[in-house]
Amino acid sequence: MIWNDDFETLPREALESLQAKRLKQVSERVYATVPFYRQQFDQAGVKPENIRSLDDLRRLPFTLKQDMRDNYPYGLFAKPLDQIVRIHASSGTTGKPTVVGYTRRDIENWTELMARSFVAAGAHCGDVIHNAYGYGLFTGGLGAHYGAERIGASVIPMSGGNTKKQLMIMQDFGSTVLTCTPSYSLFLAEAAAEEGVDIRKFKLRVGILGAEPWSERMRDEIEAKVGIKAIDIYGLSEILGPGVGIECIEAQSGLHIWEDHFIPEIIDPHTCEVLPDGEQGELVITTITKEGIPLIRYRTRDITRIIAEPCICGRTHRRLARMSGRSDDMLIIRGVNVFPSQIESVLMQIEGVEPHYLLIVDREGTLDTLEVQVEVNEQTFSDEIKVLQGLSRRIEKEIKDLLGISCRIRLVEPKTLVRSEGKAQRVIDKRPK
Amino acid sequence: MKVQQISIFIENKSGRLAEVARLLDERKVSIRALSLADTSDFGILRLLVDNTDAALFALKEGGFTVSKTEVVAVEVPDQPGGLSRILQVLDESQINVEYMYAFAERNANNAIIIFRFDDIDNAIGTLQAKGVSVLTGERLYSL
Repeated sequence: MIWNDDFETLPREALESLQAKRLKQVSERVYATVPFYRQQFDQAGVKPENIRSLDDLRRLPFTLKQDMRDNYPYGLFAKPLDQIVRIHASSGTTGKPTVVGYTRRDIENWTELMARSFVAAGAHCGDVIHNAYGYGLFTGGLGAHYGAERIGASVIPMSGGNTKKQLMIMQDFGSTVLTCTPSYSLFLAEAAAEEGVDIRKFKLRVGILGAEPWSERMRDEIEAKVGIKAIDIYGLSEILGPGVGIECIEAQSGLHIWEDHFIPEIIDPHTCEVLPDGEQGELVITTITKEGIPLIRYRTRDITRIIAEPCICGRTHRRLARMSGRSDDMLIIRGVNVFPSQIESVLMQIEGVEPHYLLIVDREGTLDTLEVQVEVNEQTFSDEIKVLQGLSRRIEKEIKDLLGISCRIRLVEPKTLVRSEGKAQRVIDKRPK
Repeated sequence: MKVQQISIFIENKSGRLAEVARLLDERKVSIRALSLADTSDFGILRLLVDNTDAALFALKEGGFTVSKTEVVAVEVPDQPGGLSRILQVLDESQINVEYMYAFAERNANNAIIIFRFDDIDNAIGTLQAKGVSVLTGERLYSL
């Protein structure tokens, strides 16, 4: 099934000319309304009138996550606040979040794209959509919610947590579609099994799973253990939230990116050279319809490739291969974005603690675990166990307060962790790929 | 009346204790008493040695995190009730023990109990006032 036939199956030629038109418009808009972009364009020696075709896109400068931080909170907004109807934010590396604003039309477009995504994943009017993405500053909950309502499904706004209640409601309300992170879907299956309940006997048919990287092997596991078709969804708050791209249930191979709203490019993350379709590199997205905070050539840091071959589902929008990693050091732990530098900033704030650390990310059962190794020095050392354990608990609490994730501190002997000269390895990710 | 104790942070991994012993051996430092407190991740090794400064130097040079702590050594008859009497004195005076360990004296029928107190001066005063034998550092290191 296709939600919006006119746009989703638009012939490539028409789609590309629509993109070119919208690219020109967004270039004019940001140049006129966002001082940051005017400066960037001027520095790159390019004017909006130079943007005549899609090929001119590569003349435009990139936008980095750092640029959003530097312009915190509203500096990159292209509309005054009286036209912004919603504000979302994601965690930032230094405690300050990355802020995005939506106009009424942005919310409308987001809803449309999430509706398309739900239908592409096989959901329809009559479905009971169990939305276990977090509601709040995170875009997942509300983004999925609006799209689910748009297609006429019955939405259960569960949000995250409280697994026993989730299972009860899922079973009693007859949920047919589950939206959450892939790891949480497995956690639900295991929690059900512990209660002596087989989640595969529920009415669940489809899972629309995202907000963290996963693999084909994990898909097989989810489909077997949860008894659903597992569909990968892609999104990031800077660009929109969920619904930037989705796998169609027909192919379950690559995520269609909605090209009437976004222009994807793949670049070499080191040389910034644009790579041809099919080659793997960093995904760069230009938002061509966003009003609140349009972004030009935003470097997502996600590693993928573009699949240009036509898809059996009939959609003409190209596909992105499953995200295979990051071009920076960001970790996604239980759906939360974590930069090692955030951990470092917590350690630096605690008197006497060495800024040398090692993060060990692993998976116990279905849930990610984070261990932070911290060196004990003469200032923090005590001959009393309770003092050292107090130090561990304090660091755990500070990390939980800043990042919202639980971790385990492991105190280690001094000089056992690599010093930061050169490229120190700060992270060991043991999670199965 | 205070005794110098060395505390060493030790990760729970093989070979670390052996490394401490090796470093002390190299400096011909002799261990008088030791105790090891451990958690699942790390341990704290507490040592009384005949040459505290040499031991500290050797361990720091060997890359260990080390601290010097003042503890109290008490001598009691090595017989039933020896420990009980001391603890009773401490309890009556409401003196809190952070930790303790003990060993038997070689050439006498006495046991030595090592105490770590929060308020060491108050503890020594109280013990002596009650007639408890508190050992000096020199005496203990030479045992």
